[in-house]
Amino acid sequence: MSEPSTSYGSRPAPTGSAFELFAWLFMRLSGVLLLVLALGHLVIMHLINNVGNINYEFVAGRWSGELGMFWRGYDWLMLMLAMVHGVNGLRTILEDYLRPGKRRTLALSALYIIGIAFLAVGSVVIFAFKRVV
Amino acid sequence: MTFYRGKEGQWSWFFHRLTGVGVLLFLLAHILDTMLVAFGPAVYDRVISIYAHPLFRTSEAGLFAAVLYHALNGVRIILIDFWPGAARHHKTIFYAMMALFVLCMVPVSYLMLRHIWI
Repeated sequence: MSEPSTSYGSRPAPTGSAFELFAWLFMRLSGVLLLVLALGHLVIMHLINNVGNINYEFVAGRWSGELGMFWRGYDWLMLMLAMVHGVNGLRTILEDYLRPGKRRTLALSALYIIGIAFLAVGSVVIFAFKRVV
Repeated sequence: MTFYRGKEGQWSWFFHRLTGVGVLLFLLAHILDTMLVAFGPAVYDRVISIYAHPLFRTSEAGLFAAVLYHALNGVRIILIDFWPGAARHHKTIFYAMMALFVLCMVPVSYLMLRHIWI
């Protein structure tokens, strides 16, 4: 269970739980990395390119060739950090609104299962991709 | 949703959660649409072309705004956490971040939304 928020919309570093302190630190560290990775991704896809010229050819070209492994690594790091950051963020919200009990356990279990399943699917898509044409 | 003060800190916190949940939901959808590359160009191109619809282009500008807000307010939170004394200036930092947000979103909105017409 995390610390309550402050009046300036922040959250003090948790004390008394090594896991919560790790989670608190992870949110800040992954946040900084995602600032670069996710905003970089948006700039590449929506400002330099745009959804009108993103198609199979674009993705296949990006994930193949000399820089193929670089972009797969970039995409996977972003996917993994975003998923863990997002799931942990929603965990904080759910723990704020649901008292300990059956409903909280159910909601958190569903969150973790969905998070792990989507992360697994995304990872396979990124690394198993083989261009067909 | 409990609003106990409704000042800058409260609003920054509220929008941080709102944009966080919104971006997480988009991430799930985005994993599913990207999954379609495994089914070849016919399937992927058919589905991904939906993103070029004006309604989606507008939502994508909203997505950019959500990620940008979450990032800038995240930096503000980190400053308050790790820079002793920053908490005293949290309102100033909030308004500085929001100025930066608007400054970025003006050209970003133009660059993203112009494709609706051209």
